[in-house]
Amino acid sequence: MNTPLINLENVGVRFGRLTVLRGIFLHVDPGEGVGIIGPNGSGKSTLLRVLATLLRPSEGTGNVLGIPLNKEPTPATRRRVALIGHHPALYGELTLEENLEFVARLAGIANGSVRQSLEKVGLGGAMDRRADHSSHGMQRRVEFARVLMTQPDLLLLDEAHAGLDKMATRLVEATVNDVKRRGGSVVLVSHEPDRMLPLVARTYELVGGTAVESLT
Amino acid sequence: MSAREFWRQAYEIMRKDLKIEGRAGEVLSITVPFGAVALLLLPMAIGTEKAMLARIGPGMFFAITLLFGMLVAFRQSATDDPAQRELLTLLGIDPAATFVGRSAASALLLLGFELVLAPIDVVLYNPSSIHGWGWLVLVVLLVAIGLSLVGTLAGSVTAGLRTRATLAPLLVAPLSVPLLIASSQVVEALRLDRTILNWVVLLIAMNLALTIVGVITARPLEETSR
Repeated sequence: MNTPLINLENVGVRFGRLTVLRGIFLHVDPGEGVGIIGPNGSGKSTLLRVLATLLRPSEGTGNVLGIPLNKEPTPATRRRVALIGHHPALYGELTLEENLEFVARLAGIANGSVRQSLEKVGLGGAMDRRADHSSHGMQRRVEFARVLMTQPDLLLLDEAHAGLDKMATRLVEATVNDVKRRGGSVVLVSHEPDRMLPLVARTYELVGGTAVESLT
Repeated sequence: MSAREFWRQAYEIMRKDLKIEGRAGEVLSITVPFGAVALLLLPMAIGTEKAMLARIGPGMFFAITLLFGMLVAFRQSATDDPAQRELLTLLGIDPAATFVGRSAASALLLLGFELVLAPIDVVLYNPSSIHGWGWLVLVVLLVAIGLSLVGTLAGSVTAGLRTRATLAPLLVAPLSVPLLIASSQVVEALRLDRTILNWVVLLIAMNLALTIVGVITARPLEETSR
């Protein structure tokens, strides 16, 4: 039996008096994709930040990539996680290539992978373009190029399809399938369940941010 | 994490910050001209008596450096947005390496700022009565390092806060006072042929203390800013 890459038991998150998440149980096995849906403010992004080890839950137990939630992960464990959030994590003044080169050097990845990854996402001809002179769709594609380059074991996507054309949507699907094929796990958060469903085995709904309920 | 890995990360952060500043041109196109204008305006406000200008010139240089140096330390390229901070965390970057790399980038930019302003100060104030210019070069370097450490530390403390723009200068101002006093006293001591050792030691000790505090507090500050 595979050890789940994500295992949350009765996890909750509070900010002061505000309870954002409560009673979350979530298990994601290697090679599996799971979808999270819910209205604005239901805590979807907060849950992703818990899974990304960026936010320690206020209550509950469990582990992500084998690291207990209440412990600070090692840098090596952190590098196994990729998060694509609402806002692109790019430096506007750097070119698309320089943005990836920065990541490659810090992650100890060969520089040749940068060009390869950008070519794979259809940005081979725009490598020298500054990130802040690129469209939202192009910036998103750079983030997927980063995922292809760093090959994470856990991919977390927050509204991955937002503002993407058909070609970029296919790229999302290809990236998700690539991670799953390598035995990694993917968690997608979306307002658009229809676009997410082909990529996930199970879907959960956050109702008022207080519980996760399987819809399958 | 090995020492080699730490320094490699710090170097990459410094390199990235300098590259971004090179493109944004915030220091070169805004801060340096304003600093030069401030040096130019002061004699008009306080009078043009040569002896007085020669006496206050070096002090003015350090005062302008500290005031406008804050703008260098708080430049846009030294500020990460939440997504960029999360990326650095997930890349496993040691927050202390970020502190060191960012401080190094700011120190180099501040040194450049001082190197541009120094000849302007000499031309406008003609501080010919000072001996020991070699010591002044050392003090200029120590002030650049000290101010960059103070600015980076204040930037780390206020990262992610809405009140950052107001709070950061308020944190920097009192921490910069020893830098201003020590650098001014070195100039005065050089003018009067007195020993400057105590003041130089104070500058070095302050830089060391700021480095230690910045490195030790880097991780807790990074965690609270998430």
